[in-house]
Amino acid sequence: MTAMIEARGLTKRYGKTVALDGLDLTAEAGQVVAVLGPNGAGKTTFVRTVATLLRPDAGTLLVAGHDARKQPAVVRRAIGLAGQFAAIEPAMTGRENLEMVARLFGQSRRAARASAGAVLEQLGLVDDGDRLARTYSGGMRRRLDLGASLVGAPRLLLLDEPTTGLDPRSRIELWDAIRELVDAGTDVLLTTQYLDEADHLASQVVIIDRGTSVATGSPAELKRQIGGSIVELHARRDADLPKVAETLGRLGHGDAQIDASTRQVSVRVDSGGEALMAALRTLHDSDIELEDIAMRQPNLDEVFLSLTGQPIEDSGSMAARAA
Amino acid sequence: MATDVVYGTAGGGAGLARSTATVTRRALLRYVRTPQLIVLATVQMSLFFLIYRYMFGGAIHIAGMSYVDYLVPGFVATGVLFMGIGTATAMAEDLEQGFVDRLRSLPIPRSSVLIARAAADTAILAWSTAFTAAVAFAVGFTLHGSALEGLAAFGLVVLFGFAFEWVFITMGLFAGSAQAAQGMGMIVFPFAFVSSAYVPVSSMPSWLRVFAEHQPLTYMVDAVRALTLGPHAQALLGHPSSYFVSRSLVWTLAIIAVALPVAVAKYRRG
Repeated sequence: MTAMIEARGLTKRYGKTVALDGLDLTAEAGQVVAVLGPNGAGKTTFVRTVATLLRPDAGTLLVAGHDARKQPAVVRRAIGLAGQFAAIEPAMTGRENLEMVARLFGQSRRAARASAGAVLEQLGLVDDGDRLARTYSGGMRRRLDLGASLVGAPRLLLLDEPTTGLDPRSRIELWDAIRELVDAGTDVLLTTQYLDEADHLASQVVIIDRGTSVATGSPAELKRQIGGSIVELHARRDADLPKVAETLGRLGHGDAQIDASTRQVSVRVDSGGEALMAALRTLHDSDIELEDIAMRQPNLDEVFLSLTGQPIEDSGSMAARAA
Repeated sequence: MATDVVYGTAGGGAGLARSTATVTRRALLRYVRTPQLIVLATVQMSLFFLIYRYMFGGAIHIAGMSYVDYLVPGFVATGVLFMGIGTATAMAEDLEQGFVDRLRSLPIPRSSVLIARAAADTAILAWSTAFTAAVAFAVGFTLHGSALEGLAAFGLVVLFGFAFEWVFITMGLFAGSAQAAQGMGMIVFPFAFVSSAYVPVSSMPSWLRVFAEHQPLTYMVDAVRALTLGPHAQALLGHPSSYFVSRSLVWTLAIIAVALPVAVAKYRRG
């Protein structure tokens, strides 16, 4: 199987800022690839380069087998792009928006009408298809934007942070829509700042930082590397913290971390369930009272910490995580 | 409709004519379906015209003619500049909101996006000019030349507008944001006011007159004026209409020849 995207030593500079620093990335055909990284890691620059909106300064980039630098026109026929903004025309209906893009892809009026209808159905927008897009909710706009990127029936769909700024329900609806596309046979490259998004959608995850690839693999492989989930317990009494830490320490990778100020103890575990139950029984038998028990996915900070040994640094990513 | 999209069959893309028509339609629909935009495009120019006509009309006296006959050609010819600020803003907005990114990622000729912007905004400009002309006739404006000359005058205004659209498209491409584009648009004020549009150039101090006499707007205003004033033109302007029309056309071509390639180059570079 040939690669859908093959980047070798891809470099892009903006003045003194290096957005892509010799990025190597291979996305096999027939799957969803997630590019995961903090703000300023080079995700958007990479997507824009694949979409032929930017010319790389150095390196090679093949998209669907064509050189993005030398044959941008051919590449454009193979891709559909949904950028960070919903690039739809608010003064046109959902259907008109889709028909417009289909026409620009060279479809006849009849074919454009048919593909717009099919896409509306696929994204669950049939009932709202004839309303002006400016009356749509944020989630509907994103879905319509996604529709606009696939109405031309691209081989490769490029989604730049598709769910940023969406409420949880719209987010899940968009995930479902993306998954259906994949079932229908479209390859997808998406960027995200959220580990759970990559986990839900992608079969291959590439983690990038400062313009280079830091780690790559399936979500399961990466999780093995970074230690699956995180268990957090809140003790009721300060005095119990050492005992809680000791019990949890036996569960997972390395020592449990104690945060005395919040009386919280946390540890990484490979697979949660049974070991956690056993630990809880031990704590219960020792008469230790707990305020709260939680199991969660590591966040991007923790992923970086375990993969690179250093936390995410720049202030841009701090702001992004706070948001 | 049960037609399923077959993935992986993306077509060859629309050609120049179709992609331009498609993107033009979108820009026009945005005007027509956005009340603020279409109302503004329709009444803004005529409203300002009425203010000028009734405020300055009493104070400014032009020998041998009524002020309204002097003002209308100048007003509509410089009006294209003020309409152009909207073009710069719209272009910057399309860039800012990702619409241009979408179009750039499609298999269409890149120039079609810019041609569509120029075409749509020239159409709006023609509409706005026609509406203002109608209002002008209602408040006493008369054509002293033939109807054909009147139509030619209208055609010239639209042509000047088309040429300036390219300047404003370039401005919008460089601006970076809609707000910045609007700010850059303020450059039109000296060109509109330091011209023969509202008052005779001869009434200005000599240092200002040098600029006013030689800038393109004055030639354009006087070309339109010469075509609408008929026999009065020679007396007021000192030359027949052909003198001004030919010079204004040279300016028009020069503006297009400079601004269009700059706009296209900037757009291609991204």
